[in-house]
Amino acid sequence: MHEMGITQEVLTSVLEASQRAGATRINRVRLTVGGLTDVVPDSLQFAWECLTPGTPAEGAVLEIRETAGRSVCLECGTEFDHDKFDRRCPVPECGSFMSSVIQGNELRVDDVDVDLPETDASTDAT
Amino acid sequence: MEIDLSRPILARNEALADKNRARLATSGVFALDVLASPGAGKTTTILATIGLLREKLRIAVIEGDIASKVDAEKVKAHGIPAVQINTGGACHLEADMISRALDALPLDDLDLVIVENVGNLVCPTEFDLGQGARIVILSVPEGDDKPLKYPGIFAQADAVLLNKVDAASFFDFDETAFVDSVRRLNGAAPIFRMSAKTGEGVGEWAAWLEARVAESHVAH
Repeated sequence: MHEMGITQEVLTSVLEASQRAGATRINRVRLTVGGLTDVVPDSLQFAWECLTPGTPAEGAVLEIRETAGRSVCLECGTEFDHDKFDRRCPVPECGSFMSSVIQGNELRVDDVDVDLPETDASTDAT
Repeated sequence: MEIDLSRPILARNEALADKNRARLATSGVFALDVLASPGAGKTTTILATIGLLREKLRIAVIEGDIASKVDAEKVKAHGIPAVQINTGGACHLEADMISRALDALPLDDLDLVIVENVGNLVCPTEFDLGQGARIVILSVPEGDDKPLKYPGIFAQADAVLLNKVDAASFFDFDETAFVDSVRRLNGAAPIFRMSAKTGEGVGEWAAWLEARVAESHVAH
């Protein structure tokens, strides 16, 4: 259950960023999780619900965008989508086992949507 | 308001891993991270490897376990410096644990640090420790289908060790299927058939490791 530690890292980043911005509330956090990683989005959601109560991120929605695996064949240069289990080049004349992942290994915090304190319009319009 | 972060989730671990890597390079030490299931033969393989390389390389071991000092004591009994990390329940090692373990080792007097990760084929995958190479050991009794169940770890291994081949006649292990499924995940990693118990094939694996350590010395 390494998702708990991973979610803790997400929460720490998010709390730091929202504090720096002077946010009053965190509404939404967006992550990208690559389909080739050993990280389970449902487990991240579960960990988020466990870790956020009592923090400024309580009630914030965790949106997880999953990316598909995509590699480039190192022999014929073809780019191809693939699942977790088979990265062999699908071009029949090639079929090389030597490929390099270009998408699917992401584990990234993309952005955070927050509320800022109401600002006084008169001091704003300087 | 939207705050753009675009930050790796494990940025903190990655920064610490880079620090470990730089520190190891400065001292001319190569770090090997060993991953496998519980019972695949990690400690036995490490001891067999040390047996072949200890006259050529100055070696220490970092043992990662949830609890107990059993593995570090086994290694120390062979006269090899060993540091035990107890993760206290955590299912994998992280870079900060390695950093503290390195504090306890005489790095300037070493060539190779072997890190035995917690027995687990899933959780350690995403956590860079600052290692120079990462290997996965699979043992014959575990079955030939493991690359299909734990693809992440086989995809990123720099070498794959198939251990306990001396017991192959007792199990229905389809080696052709195993090699094929590893290849589909990882075309670059060599696969070494071996038995840490009998010593069969350990020489080929140890020679690969020795070459990697030598390359790292040239590079720095």
